[in-house]
Amino acid sequence: MSLWQKLACAALVLVVLASFAANWLAPAGYAHQYREATDAPPSRTHWLGTDELGRDRFARVLYGTRISLLLAPAAALLSTLLAALIGGIAGYLGGAWKRAAMAVTDLFLSLPWLFLLITARALLPLNVSPLVSVMVTFLLLGLLGWTSAARVLCASAALLRGSDFVRQARAAGINGRRLFWMHVLPNLKPVLFAQFWISIPVFILSEANLGILGLGVAEPMPSWGSLLKELEGLVSVGEEPWKFVPLILLVIVVTSFQILLSRQQEVAA
Amino acid sequence: MKRHNRQFRCPALSAPTAKALAVLVFCLVSICTRSLAQGGGLRFCLHAEPKTFDPLKVDDDASGAIRYLTGGVLVRENRQTQQLEPGLALSWKVSSDGREISFRLRSGVSFSDGTPFSAEDVAYTVQQLMDPALHSPTGDVFRSGAGSVETKVISQTQISIRFPAPVAGLAALFDQVAIMSVRSPKKEMAVLGPFMVGDYKPGSSVVLNRNPYYWKTDAQGRKLPYLDSIHLDIQPNRDVELLRFKREELDLINSLDSEYFDKVSASSPQVVHDAGPSLDSEQLWFNQVAKAPIPGYKRNWFRSTAFRRAISQAINRDDLSRVVYHGHAQPALGPFSPANKFWFNANLKPQIYSPETALKALQGEGFRMENGTLKDKEGNEVVFSIITNAGNKQREHMAVLIQDDLQKIGIHVNVVTLDFPSLIERMTQTFDYEAIILGLTNVDLDPNNEMNVWLSSSENHQWNPSQKTPETEWEAEIDRLMREQASAADLNKRKEAFDRVQEIVAEQQPFIFLINKNALSAVSTSVRGAAPVILWPQTYWNAESLMVAGK
Amino acid sequence: MRGLQKKIAGHLLGLIATILIGGFLSASLVRLAPGFEVDERELDPHLSAQSLQALRDSRRQDENIFHFYLHYLSQAARGDFGKSVALGQPVRTLLRDRAPLTMRLIAIGLTLSWSLTVTFALSAAWLRLSIYDTATTMLSGVFLCIPAAVLALLSVLWNVPGSLAIALIVFPGTYRYTRNLSLKAYAQPHILAARAKGLSEARILFWHVVPVVAPQLLAVAGVSVSMAIGATIPVEALCGFAGIGQLAWQAAMARDLPLLVNITVLVTLVTLLANSGADVIGSVIRGQEA
Repeated sequence: MSLWQKLACAALVLVVLASFAANWLAPAGYAHQYREATDAPPSRTHWLGTDELGRDRFARVLYGTRISLLLAPAAALLSTLLAALIGGIAGYLGGAWKRAAMAVTDLFLSLPWLFLLITARALLPLNVSPLVSVMVTFLLLGLLGWTSAARVLCASAALLRGSDFVRQARAAGINGRRLFWMHVLPNLKPVLFAQFWISIPVFILSEANLGILGLGVAEPMPSWGSLLKELEGLVSVGEEPWKFVPLILLVIVVTSFQILLSRQQEVAA
Repeated sequence: MKRHNRQFRCPALSAPTAKALAVLVFCLVSICTRSLAQGGGLRFCLHAEPKTFDPLKVDDDASGAIRYLTGGVLVRENRQTQQLEPGLALSWKVSSDGREISFRLRSGVSFSDGTPFSAEDVAYTVQQLMDPALHSPTGDVFRSGAGSVETKVISQTQISIRFPAPVAGLAALFDQVAIMSVRSPKKEMAVLGPFMVGDYKPGSSVVLNRNPYYWKTDAQGRKLPYLDSIHLDIQPNRDVELLRFKREELDLINSLDSEYFDKVSASSPQVVHDAGPSLDSEQLWFNQVAKAPIPGYKRNWFRSTAFRRAISQAINRDDLSRVVYHGHAQPALGPFSPANKFWFNANLKPQIYSPETALKALQGEGFRMENGTLKDKEGNEVVFSIITNAGNKQREHMAVLIQDDLQKIGIHVNVVTLDFPSLIERMTQTFDYEAIILGLTNVDLDPNNEMNVWLSSSENHQWNPSQKTPETEWEAEIDRLMREQASAADLNKRKEAFDRVQEIVAEQQPFIFLINKNALSAVSTSVRGAAPVILWPQTYWNAESLMVAGK
Repeated sequence: MRGLQKKIAGHLLGLIATILIGGFLSASLVRLAPGFEVDERELDPHLSAQSLQALRDSRRQDENIFHFYLHYLSQAARGDFGKSVALGQPVRTLLRDRAPLTMRLIAIGLTLSWSLTVTFALSAAWLRLSIYDTATTMLSGVFLCIPAAVLALLSVLWNVPGSLAIALIVFPGTYRYTRNLSLKAYAQPHILAARAKGLSEARILFWHVVPVVAPQLLAVAGVSVSMAIGATIPVEALCGFAGIGQLAWQAAMARDLPLLVNITVLVTLVTLLANSGADVIGSVIRGQEA
């Protein structure tokens, strides 16, 4: 394990531990409104200040981590798997299969999915628990987010299909399914890792944007996405630097993921 | 709602004093700015694409703004003095039965393309406006009974208009009617107001140029308007609007968000104006529709006066105003804000925040507290959802504060934000909601314009629309009083009836009124002659006498 | 020759079928989503019951989706793409007026983003310094984590062109794919051997790396067009550009069916052209190599 890897591991472990110690680190909870101290700068009682409704930002970051850090990678995994299956198989099989799968992918890239999400919200009851709502949201994101990767995977798999080792394996009588799982898929790792890595922050941010459709985390529960949304009201960058803490944290987590994955990939290569 | 119309100001000044002051200020300003040869160009934002340039079809804010700046009207409601003033009409007279109005018109006036203006244009405009196929909201307010409108051109400068039934507050309604030319080949683009549409780039901007034929002059006899042009940028995003204002790319912000007010005020206090509470109100209401797809026990809560009053009592309105609006709002008492001086019922008592009293009242109705959760008589936990439109930060924040307030009396609230079309569908067609926070359009000062909100048979009677017969006694009473005020010719009789409506609403809380927003605006120091008021359009109501220096 | 013609005809047919299906699916999605039949203006208390009814009736014209779509297609075949419900203008004019701006925005944004991508990815692969790699990862991570709306807002705040915001929204994605792919290509045994033998970096790049990664990078390039199209929505809305992205958002919020269907067809067409173009060039390269 390199130094970078150790650092990345430590960062992730620290973030996860802190989020699980939230009850102890921020006993007042994420929903308590200190209405006398709204939009306050950092102080001894509120380490990262308070938001516009006087809720402790530090507590919100910790509790938000639980949801976002658990669900975003899960959704990213789902979308990566879908991409691997659809793009990988299509590219590997080639011909009409590939053309059909890529036409579907292109359609997925162009359709206004916003309306599907609006419909999904309409099908959910209004009195839904915040957790169910956020899980449905991440599930939808996972189900819709595979398209770009599938296209790249298809190109990669098509390349592998014509490569010598696959031909040799075929000549050696290894059956198609085994060939795909054992020889083709592992070689798609660079794209799979890229997709996984990109999807995590993209899903975290999308979850907050879906708040406008009544999906995503419901008030008063926090998520990283909703904390990052605070930055959208920014009129000047220098005034309230502590509002950037969730962003910095997300960058650290995302970078750590990438460092771990990238070393993995180099080992694999 | 997104639209906010015609609000009023409420400084502690009587109208004559205000008028005198205004004249004084105006004289001073004109002395100070006499050195300016031209008025320059003014820039500000429209928050949406104008849907039409046809003044009769106006149904949105942006088109309304353009109509205000370009349209010539017979009678103008002065946004500062709140009095009706002569426009294209030198004088007018309403008949004693309230059905007929006659105008004496200005002579020698021309449209922006040089076509002369006469009584025939007024007749044409009114006939077009009242065409039932047009479905114009401007025209619909004149429709008080079945039958057609008769216009009689007496001479080039005299006209009388007769309506099939009395129309309450008739003269003031003409403030919205921009006169169109019957003869001009340019149709609705030939205007009588201070400006005319010069250039329109859809999605980007509208440029209004000075109308060289505008009839009005200032006290020194100089032709108005001073400004050469008005550049209206179409920009829905308020953050960007503020950024551009700070960079001096814009000269004014007509309705400033309260959170930005303080930010701008900290760096340049001279540019922001808080004109005091406006007519804008925000309210919460429960779904009382009989056929709504919600559980029966919930409908019973929502239909119970005691329940609604308890909720109202458990909401800390002072905090709503202080936390959400940074103090730039006042707790609301009823349908009209105290800013509406004539029509506001001064006997209404402020709602005292008291979760204890609220809880006691609920317990009196058979509700009980169990482990911090309120349950009704049948043991159902009191849980409901509040929906509001996404993207309106203040409403979202109010919902979260209310969620927290109600938790104190054991009520669990789920806050759901929806995109506007989904919200309207739930509210007006499927009735699939429990409670909602919105601000309904407050139209003019006259309650007659809110007829469709209060009549139980109307589709805009939001909490329980389109009732065949009033389902409650108090709604029947409101129906009767609203009809009474509409047909009474005596202003004080009308006021008496509407005072009673306000009392019933305060008792029954079909709408739980939350706050009245203050009219906030920002005007660059380079703009001369600005006097922001409460009434829409707060900052550019006197656009014809504004000037921009240093450009 | 006949074979090639047949193949091209087949591809073209597939293209047209996909576009037609795209248009129909988008119309169905819009039609079935809640809020289709309502209009904000319904809440205006000025309106009489008759006017309200007229307003609703006008929205219900497009009730039957099959009927709507067939009608749309027959009109479109004659060059009439319908009229926007919300803006009251012909869709054709709206799109024609706004397309150049969006196309310029996307073209400049993509050029910038790919210049950044290629520079960073190649330098990372050449340098093989883990600190440099971590730094570029972190940099792309920052842009990935900042909400697109904030990037757009910053471009207004700092008065930089909106195309840069698009470039920075697209960049993390393209960079990550490119970096991972080129890293893998460089890790191939024969390239390691070539390096050991002292072949010049340029020769290794153009003779051994590019042929391997090109088809895949072309696929990424095709997809990056879709990413850029998506990025135009927040950028145009916030920067106040009257382009198609802004129009698409307006149309979505107003449930403007004719406009939305046309925009979807347009986006599908661009996506298909970009991706099939990438495919074709990719297969040509692959064919040459084989």
